[in-house]
Amino acid sequence: MQMLSRIPQLLVYGVISGSILSLGGIGVSLTYSILGFSNFAHGDIMALGAYIALGLFALFTGLGIPNTSFGPLSFGFGFILSFILAMGLTALAVILLDRFLFKRLRRSSSIILMMSSIGVALGLRNVLQFFWGPQPHYYIEKIQLAIVIPGVGVRIKPDQVFIIIVAIASVGLVHYFLQHTKMGKAMRATADNMALARVTGINTERVILWTWVIGAALAATAGILAGIENKFITPELGWQMLLSIFASVVLGGLGNPYGAILGGMIIGLSEEVSTAFISTGYKPAVAFIIMIIMLLVKPTGLLGKRR
Amino acid sequence: MDTIVGIINYIVFFAITAGTYGILSLGLNIQWGYTGLFNIGIAGFYALGAYTAALVSGPPPGAWDGRIFGGFELPFLVGLLAAAVVCGVVALLVGIPTLRLRADYLAIATIGIAETIRLVLKNESWLTNGVWGLQQIPSPLYGPIHRGISRFLSGHPGLPLWLHDLISKSYNWFYLLLVLGILLTLYLIMQRLVRSPWGRVIKAIREDEDAAAMSGKNTFSFKLQALVLGAMIMGIGGGLYAHYARFISPASFKPLYGTFLIWVMLILGGSGNNKGAILGSFVVWGIWAGTDFLTGYFPFTATQAASLRIIIIAILLEVILLWRPQGLLQREKPPLGDIPKNKS
Repeated sequence: MQMLSRIPQLLVYGVISGSILSLGGIGVSLTYSILGFSNFAHGDIMALGAYIALGLFALFTGLGIPNTSFGPLSFGFGFILSFILAMGLTALAVILLDRFLFKRLRRSSSIILMMSSIGVALGLRNVLQFFWGPQPHYYIEKIQLAIVIPGVGVRIKPDQVFIIIVAIASVGLVHYFLQHTKMGKAMRATADNMALARVTGINTERVILWTWVIGAALAATAGILAGIENKFITPELGWQMLLSIFASVVLGGLGNPYGAILGGMIIGLSEEVSTAFISTGYKPAVAFIIMIIMLLVKPTGLLGKRR
Repeated sequence: MDTIVGIINYIVFFAITAGTYGILSLGLNIQWGYTGLFNIGIAGFYALGAYTAALVSGPPPGAWDGRIFGGFELPFLVGLLAAAVVCGVVALLVGIPTLRLRADYLAIATIGIAETIRLVLKNESWLTNGVWGLQQIPSPLYGPIHRGISRFLSGHPGLPLWLHDLISKSYNWFYLLLVLGILLTLYLIMQRLVRSPWGRVIKAIREDEDAAAMSGKNTFSFKLQALVLGAMIMGIGGGLYAHYARFISPASFKPLYGTFLIWVMLILGGSGNNKGAILGSFVVWGIWAGTDFLTGYFPFTATQAASLRIIIIAILLEVILLWRPQGLLQREKPPLGDIPKNKS
């Protein structure tokens, strides 16, 4: 019973980690559906975003930009500014990566692109490690008291509420973008059939550019939110989450951004709840087993289209 | 003279490691080079092979060990065989749910199994001794050879010091011969295999799976066989590493060493060419060792130097993919003798 009484609290943690996985998963899913390959560098793009924010935050603090905490949150204006700029700079870095690498491989098979993304993954992670070292870095070293929600008795920190709100807002924006903007519709058309989209006059290179921008901005968001949740970041941050992100994306249906959100939530919740029963070290293995079961039952995933 | 002895000892060490990687590269070549299967969990199979061989041939748990299982002290070759079998079974379990799907799924699943194996090695102390790893793994024939060396040295007291040093480390020469012997044997088997009817089917799958399926081949079954065979070879490579290193722990099997380096070796050497696979393993291991000397000249910390070396290898991979995707040696053209002649 001891184990079961922890479950409501674990569900809260599950929603938080599910929010982060979902944001990571949307980018993987978009890259897969538009560019046709699984981007193994996505985790390390998340880490890149988290470190850019770290660097900017240190810079702004040095410049004297105030960071008085917003209400109960552990950070203020300086950090939010770093957060937003890091999203943009990560997108810029990824666009450069596309220009110099992925664009030249556009005509290669998807496996060559996957392989090249593994090279990018290791390269990026070690660039971060070269400059910042393998040790953890802290955004803000401040202990935050959790709020106890009366009735259910679960505890949640204000920063964790912030994570969930940012995730919901991002998902809302992505939904609006895909359904109601011209570029979003072009993106969905390109995902369906790139040749047909091109024939109808859609500039597919622009679509690809936007895919990278949205994927990278969300990756940076996920990386920074993971940094807020864990309290620290390391160069391995993204790599450690990559398997769970892929499991989420496959579970929801590879190539479907809504599936990535659903899958992310399910994987996040399962990983956290599993810690009531087995060692916390096995979280990625839990995600992996769920993914394998899904592949055996319905390989197209929960929301996947039939091929 | 001392430097020369040092260089010779280094070359022997270098060749043992490169030869072991050559075996892994041959295993990957069957999967990727000939069948087109994208396995990025090599580190997992490598570690699994090493641990299996160590548990089968190694000593029972010592007084300070956390593990309570394993250490059957069975012969070296039994351990290698067990390593191959266990890796084959795991590959089978990974292949069944994923090989009917797009290449991406196998890639994700192999990364997943490698990570799961790593977590098991780290957490299941009863079996693997956790982060402390397995110690005192016996090297084959180490006892008799070492006794022979000692007897020789005590019978020849007048030897110059450098010769004494060289001979006292000559066990490694034996191990080098062993590794190269196994590498050569596997190479010859693979060469036979890829030219057999079975080999023609897997190459057909690599070129065009739908066409192979149209000509009545059960492509799923052939892909599964190639995946299992490659994983078994990787298991043998892992076993050879364990018996040489004599100590293994989860930290010995970082995803980089096991997976990424082998991929670069195969792609640089020339995937779909067994000679290329072996050539690549020696060349890339040479580059990798060379960058160790190179970074030593700069005022970097040890972790910075390590990162820089990985960045260099990552850039090397991208350069090959962009400008020479076929690698140093191209795929072998089928010899004309392969085509049955019409007896008209």
